[in-house]
Amino acid sequence: MISGELKEKLLKEILEAETPNEKAVDVMYELQKVYGWITDEAMSEASELLGMTLTELDELATFYNFLFREPVGKYVIHVCDSVVCWMNGYEVLLDHLKGRLGIGIGETTSDGLFTLLPVCCIGYCDRAPAMLINRRVHGNLTPEKIDTIIDQIRAKEQES
Amino acid sequence: MKNWCQKDGQKPNEKYHYPQILLKNRKPDRILTLEEYRLDDGYAALEDTLKNLKPKEITQKIDEAGIRGRGGAGFPLGKKWLSIPDDAPFPRYFVVNCDEMEPGTFKDRVLLHTNPHNLIEAMIIAGYAISARKGFIFVRPSYETLSQILERELEIARQEGYLGENILGSGFSFDIVVHRSGGRYICGEATALLNAIQGKRPNPKQPPPYPTTRGMWDKPTVTNNVETIVWVPHVLRHGARWYKSLAATRTGEGTKLYCVSGKVNNPGCFELPMGTRLSEIIDVHAGGMIEGSEFKACIPGGASTRFLTRKYYDVEMDFDSFRMVGHRLGTAAIIVFDHKTCLVDATLNLMEFFARESCGWCTPCREGLPYICELLRKIENGDGKAEFVGILKEMSKFLWNSYCAFAPGAMSSLESLITYFEDEIFEHIWEKKCPFKV
Repeated sequence: MISGELKEKLLKEILEAETPNEKAVDVMYELQKVYGWITDEAMSEASELLGMTLTELDELATFYNFLFREPVGKYVIHVCDSVVCWMNGYEVLLDHLKGRLGIGIGETTSDGLFTLLPVCCIGYCDRAPAMLINRRVHGNLTPEKIDTIIDQIRAKEQES
Repeated sequence: MKNWCQKDGQKPNEKYHYPQILLKNRKPDRILTLEEYRLDDGYAALEDTLKNLKPKEITQKIDEAGIRGRGGAGFPLGKKWLSIPDDAPFPRYFVVNCDEMEPGTFKDRVLLHTNPHNLIEAMIIAGYAISARKGFIFVRPSYETLSQILERELEIARQEGYLGENILGSGFSFDIVVHRSGGRYICGEATALLNAIQGKRPNPKQPPPYPTTRGMWDKPTVTNNVETIVWVPHVLRHGARWYKSLAATRTGEGTKLYCVSGKVNNPGCFELPMGTRLSEIIDVHAGGMIEGSEFKACIPGGASTRFLTRKYYDVEMDFDSFRMVGHRLGTAAIIVFDHKTCLVDATLNLMEFFARESCGWCTPCREGLPYICELLRKIENGDGKAEFVGILKEMSKFLWNSYCAFAPGAMSSLESLITYFEDEIFEHIWEKKCPFKV
C-alpha cells in the first residue's frame, strides 16, 4: 500500500488538473516508483485515486514504453536501436551488454538489478550510440564505457 | 544584424558565421537563467504585448511574419491561430509539442537546454493571443531532466509574476504545466498528443472537427512545435521584415535548427539561416564526412522523409525548395549515410521502428508494416525474390490508406529506396546476400 503522504500529494495534483484522467500517467509513474513496476495492487490504487476503471488504465499502462506492467529490475536499461544508433554500431553494444549481464532483450538479471529493453530513438543522435538507464542518458558508448557504467552501479549496490 | 553568408570579401572563417537568435545564449553546461534572459530583453515582448496590444493584433503580426511550423508540416503559425472562430467557447488550451520522437531530431532538446524562458515567454504571449487559460508542455520520457528544468523555471516565472492570476497587472491569467508522456512515437501526432494529455489511449483522431474548434475536452486547442512558438517574442520585438531577412533564400524565413547525425565528423544541432544548402551544412558545420566515408544519401528531415541522393547535395534547405524537387523538409534532421552503409538494412531498421511504434488502430498500418519488414528482412538476409520488389512497391502505395499520416510517412523511405536504389535491392536478391556484409 502506498503511504498516506503520497496519497495526499497525488490527490492534490489530481484536484489541480482539468480532469483526473489528465494525471493518469503521472499517477502510474509515481506508483511505479513505489512498487518497481505497476502491480495489480498499484492498478487498483490508481483506479481508486483517479476514478478510472482498470480497463481504462490498462489501455494506457500497456501502451506506453516507460510504464511497466511486468516486473523489471531496479535499473532498466533502454538501448536505442533506431537508425542513427544502428548505423553507429548499436548491435555490437547490445551483444556486449547481453554477454556482460547474461540476459537477452526483455529479460532481468537473476539478482533483480538489471532489465534490458529496446527503445526507439531517444533524441541523442549527436551522441550515438546511446542508451538510457532509468531515463538517464549515456551517450557515445563503447564496450569499455558500458563496463564502467555497469561496474559503478554494481559497486554502489554492494555498498548499500 | 548581418547575414555574413551573402557578403563578399569576408575572411574565410567569418564567411560561415550567422546571427544566432534561438541558440544565442548556448552554454556548454547550463541554461540561461531568467535574470540573464531579462538582461537580453527577455520578457520585454510580453510586457509590451500585455500593455499595448490586443490579442487580435498579436495574431495579425504573427500571421504577417509568415512563421511556418517547424514540427515538419510547415503549416503557417498565424493561420493556425486564426482558425479559432471568434465566438469559440472557453476555456481554451494552448499546447506545446515537445515530444520530438522523430529519429534524428533533437533540436528542441538543445533549444530548451539553452533558453527555457524563451519558450515560457512565447507560450504566455500565445495564450494571450488566443485567450487561453492554461498551457501544456508535452515532454517525452527520455527528456526527464528537461521536464525537471522546465518545472523549476516555470516556478521562477510564477514568482516573478509572469504566470498565474492577473499577469503583470494586465487582467490576463494563464498558467503552464509540464505533461510527462509515457513514451510512444505516435504521441507526436497532434491529435494523438491531445488524447494523451486527456488520459486517453493516444490514437490519432481524424478531423473535422479540428482541434482549434473542438480539441481537448471539446474545447478550442492550439498545438505548436517548440521551435515554431519560440519565434513569437523575437518577431514581436524585431518585426516581420527582420525575421524574413534572417533566411538565406527568398522562400525561407528566419533561421532553422538543423540537426546532423550519422557519418559526419561533428554531429550536432546548428542554427543557420533557413535555406542554407545541404552541402554547406554537412561539409562546413558538421565537419564533413568521417575519414574513409563518402556521402551516399541522407534522410533530410527525420524518419518520415525520403532518401535524398548525391544529386540533391546542393539543395537549399527550406520548405518550398524541397517541395520543388519532390521532397519534404520535415524536421530538417539530417541523417547521413555513407557508401559503406547498406540502405536496404537501413530501411529495414526504419520499418522496424514504425512497425513497433504503430498505435495499432487501423489495419493497413498495423498489418502492413510487419509484412514489409518481413520482405525486407528476407532480401537483406539473401532470401529475397525478384517479385518482392513489386510487392513492396504496391505496399508502399497501399499503406496510404491508413487512418493517419504515420504510415504514409513511414513509406517515404521505402518508396525512395525503391526509386533511387533499386539496383542495390536487386544486388541483394541476385547475389543471395547483402553486398555490404563480408
